[in-house]
Amino acid sequence: MTLVPTPGQTVGPFFAFALVHDGGAELVPHGHPGAIRFTGRVLDGAGDPVPDALVEIWQAAPDGSVVRAPGSLHRDGFTFTGWGRAPTDRSGRYTFTTLTPGATTPGAAPYVAVTVFARGLLDRLLTRAYVPGDDAALGADPLLASVEEARRATLVATADEHGFVFDIRLQGDGETVFLDHRRD
Amino acid sequence: MTQTHAEQTQAQVSAEMTALTEAYDASATVETQTRLDYPPYRSSLLRHPTKDLHHADPEGIELWSPVFGERDIDPLEADLTLQHDGEPIGERMKVTGRVLDGDGRPVRHQLVEIWQANAGGRYVHKRDQHPAAIDPHFTGVGRCLTDADGTYSFTTIKPGPYPWRNHRNAWRPAHIHFSLFGSEFTQRMVTQMYFPGDPLFALDPIFQAIVDRSARERLVAAYDHDVTEHEWATGYRWDIVLTGTHRTPLEEDES
Ligand SMILES: [Fe+2]
Repeated sequence: MTLVPTPGQTVGPFFAFALVHDGGAELVPHGHPGAIRFTGRVLDGAGDPVPDALVEIWQAAPDGSVVRAPGSLHRDGFTFTGWGRAPTDRSGRYTFTTLTPGATTPGAAPYVAVTVFARGLLDRLLTRAYVPGDDAALGADPLLASVEEARRATLVATADEHGFVFDIRLQGDGETVFLDHRRD
Repeated sequence: MTQTHAEQTQAQVSAEMTALTEAYDASATVETQTRLDYPPYRSSLLRHPTKDLHHADPEGIELWSPVFGERDIDPLEADLTLQHDGEPIGERMKVTGRVLDGDGRPVRHQLVEIWQANAGGRYVHKRDQHPAAIDPHFTGVGRCLTDADGTYSFTTIKPGPYPWRNHRNAWRPAHIHFSLFGSEFTQRMVTQMYFPGDPLFALDPIFQAIVDRSARERLVAAYDHDVTEHEWATGYRWDIVLTGTHRTPLEEDES
């Protein structure tokens, strides 16, 4: 039996009181061994910040394992759950404290799965933020290879002193590649 | 002088929506989902991708979903009428239904989050400027986990319609926002549940951004007298279908 999926709708302007919770963006506490910052801005088609977006991440642990532990909504300060949620601020910036994801299969290019919601965005968008640095793994990645070369960089985070930076451009110059995972 | 969006009339926006619906009806194609590019919803103009979504087979982490458990949810969070010392104002109602994947299988023990305006159409959110009363006994946030059958259930207050600034005299049909997870991250979705027969449906660019009539109707709950409780609450039923999964049955047995 195949059912038709229910359509999505915009998250609207008034989600923070329901979806934003203390600790949601801290997958590990600040100062945790190996903690990195994963941050970026959500920008609209005019290049202006989107201050009312919500970004979610879902990722493997540093050893590449898929975390099967609950507790993302009420973190215990010790368990890495692999999932987090962060609203953007007035400058359109979201920020997570997390760990660097590992490859879920040996040799694969590790990435963070990213979901974007916003007022004005009628349905959620999915993308990937690849961990930069391992050019061999990135060069061999099937998804990246399937994207036109000029747009590939929109899927790869850049490194900074604290971790990774991943800007999300909803429209226009440098528009992020967003993914459609529906089965054919 | 050019007219700002806030000065445009409902008639202008409705004419745009009618033209888009007529073009769709004439196209002989079938769209089951919400358009990202729907100009009558003015806030979407600079916030929709202009390039086609890139088709990709999910891999690795995308084939899994975060796990939520008892540690994450207090069972009382499923009753939005019990979160304060007094009874909230408005029509007490229950809403229940099943979360299914695209193959009709229940999505078990997974997080469902809802949020909504109160009976007067006012959100607790600090930026809601609608001059309707805040109800000190109603926050409008609920959470639960689906059961082994994929069923969720909430007790709440029927939300009121509310004005917004898409155009002059714009009103949203009454709705409850829903946030859903599947068994794969690719199934993540946020949507809105509406109530049957709302006269604002035809006027609302967010609802009409689903240009297919039968697809729109998938967002409308059904009044269900079997859910209604004697001398207590009216009842609505609304099932939600997520996209299909990609994992093989063997992998699912392991999860
Ligand atoms: Fe709303």
